[in-house]
Amino acid sequence: MPASLAPAHNTGNPIAVEMRGLNKWYGEFHVLRDINLTVRKGERLVICGPSGSGKSTMIRCINRLEEHQTGTLMVDGIELTNDVRNIDAIRREVGMVFQQFNLFPHLTVLENLTLAPIWVRKVPKKEAEEAAMYYLERVKIPEQAAKYPGQLSGGQQQRVAIARSLCMKPKIMLFDEPTSALDPEMIKEVLDVMVELAREGMTMLCVTHEMGFAREVADAIIFMDRGEIVESAPPSTFFANPRTDRLKLFLSQILRGH
Amino acid sequence: MATAPRSARRPPGAGVKLSFNDPVVRAIFWQIVIVGAVGLVVWWLVGNTVRNLEARRIASGFDYFWREAGLPIGEAMIEYQPSDNYFRALVVGVLNTLRIAVVSIVLATILGTLIGVARLSRNWLVAKLASVYVETLRNLPLLLQLLFWYSVLQSLPPPREALNPLPHVYLFVRGLQMPWPQWTPELGTVLAVMGIGIVASFLVRGWAKRRQMLTGEQFPIGWTAVGLVVALPLAVFVMQGANLPLDVPTLGRFNITGGILITPEFTALLIGLVTYTAAFIAEIVRSGIQAVSHGQTEAAAALGLKRGQALRLVILPQALRVIIPPMTSQYLNVTKNSSLAVAIGYPDIVSIANTILNQTGQAIEGIGTIMAVYLTVSLSISAFMNWYNRRIALRER
Ligand SMILES: Nc1ncnc2c1ncn2[C@@H]1O[C@H](COP(=O)(O)OP(=O)(O)OP(=O)(O)O)[C@@H](O)[C@H]1O
Ligand SMILES: [Mg+2]
Repeated sequence: MPASLAPAHNTGNPIAVEMRGLNKWYGEFHVLRDINLTVRKGERLVICGPSGSGKSTMIRCINRLEEHQTGTLMVDGIELTNDVRNIDAIRREVGMVFQQFNLFPHLTVLENLTLAPIWVRKVPKKEAEEAAMYYLERVKIPEQAAKYPGQLSGGQQQRVAIARSLCMKPKIMLFDEPTSALDPEMIKEVLDVMVELAREGMTMLCVTHEMGFAREVADAIIFMDRGEIVESAPPSTFFANPRTDRLKLFLSQILRGH
Repeated sequence: MATAPRSARRPPGAGVKLSFNDPVVRAIFWQIVIVGAVGLVVWWLVGNTVRNLEARRIASGFDYFWREAGLPIGEAMIEYQPSDNYFRALVVGVLNTLRIAVVSIVLATILGTLIGVARLSRNWLVAKLASVYVETLRNLPLLLQLLFWYSVLQSLPPPREALNPLPHVYLFVRGLQMPWPQWTPELGTVLAVMGIGIVASFLVRGWAKRRQMLTGEQFPIGWTAVGLVVALPLAVFVMQGANLPLDVPTLGRFNITGGILITPEFTALLIGLVTYTAAFIAEIVRSGIQAVSHGQTEAAAALGLKRGQALRLVILPQALRVIIPPMTSQYLNVTKNSSLAVAIGYPDIVSIANTILNQTGQAIEGIGTIMAVYLTVSLSISAFMNWYNRRIALRER
């Protein structure tokens, strides 16, 4: 393991995301149960668990795509309340990559990347385009800048989506199953970009079942089931010594698939 | 090489023999057959008609355009007397058709958009009401709706007992009569200032956009436009003494005079066309918005765009691509449906041309005139909408 990937866990780094007693219901359905979670700056957290366990809901609370009902949620020192100014401030600092890419199909790749910097960060167009080209090089597709998303492969689209988030210079990146919609041969090109991002010290919360990726970069892996955090451990212990039967069952299922 | 004859590109051994199995040969054959058939039908129709007209001694040609019409018309946007010629009567009809079509299109677009958005409302009652509206209005024949509105308006009281909902506003069987500003030089100035304000708003918008691209600074263009188009003319109006002489209707014994009269024929046709077309437009708008996936809204929000920005920069441009083509056919429908005016006596082009046709007996010319008018209007709408569609769709893929 490269030195730059030394665990940031439990070091004295400032706190990036903190959830205290977080609960959320969809009507009667209790989707998040008493979630407590601390993520420090520079830490890489991988979240896994069976379908419907609340992984997406939890990370979507962090940038207020979902609203929690009780408990506190602090992001980058700002508490998420109904105050629109806080929500705007947090969304400026938090980037998100979706399973379905969600690129804007009516804009070119370059325009996808410059839209938010121009309108949210009020960056001059030329500067925004230079930054966009820099990030396109980072994800290794500068030659696609003038194309429309529909002309790219899935892997390329997801890399554009990552670059689009990076253009806002976020302090925290959220990934919700970024490789689940991709054909196997494209998964690696996206994971490579994410590994590189991790190497540079980006704070990352990543819902994924790519256990190879988790082993390589995660400081901690969280296992969720039925709206609860069941286990949380560094990769070595997580795979070698699962404490609960639920995690043992889950690991046996997903590791068999690989 | 690119211009080499087709046969040169055939695989060796296929020969150059013309075969009916060759798609090119087949296409040419069918085109010849179709053109020939159409030509035969036209030749037969024209010959037949000319022989019949000659037999019945009906004149042909458009000379009658310049004869006195002797035709009273209920409402006209230009000066018109029955002693004017047929051509002028037709122009009155065309203008009336354009007036009802333009006003209906604008109002139906606004109402339809509101109802379409209401159908997507999270408020159950609002969404339900909107869908009841759509299902009712779009499933009843338009002619029936027009007759309904007309009979409602016909049941209003005579002038003596006119309803008086607001001071100097009278609602009675001959329509809605209300005050109207008299033309003064001051009013001209105010309108001129407003026109300048509109032009200036566009210039400011261009400047603001260029400045944003260069420096990133944003500019409150919406408020500036309101200021230039509304507040500035208002200020000029007040500075000139806020003097707006009105032509006020006065109640006589048998009549109401002065002000402006909106006839029940126009109103019934307007209400009917607007409410009916709005139901279709609502569906178009709803499906257009729904066609943009929720992921787009979420991605925009996650990037920190405000709701308004997300709507303007991300959702609307995509929804419009879906909305514009069916909207075009609704606009064409409004225009064509306005010919139902003939049923309630609004003097549109069909109504007037039809009367003229009965007076002169020149059916071919009469129908030809109507067709030419509708074709011109429809093709203009199509051309405009296609241009707009290309403008927003080009930036696609
Ligand atoms: N808008 C909603 N209304 C009602 N229930 C919802 C809504 N969104 C999610 N749920 C439910 O909440 C639960 C958690 O959903 P969530 O998407 O967070 O699961 P997940 O762990 O991300 O699953 P997956 O691996 O399938 O993505 C699921 O049972 C889901 O059916
Ligand atoms: Mg999920």
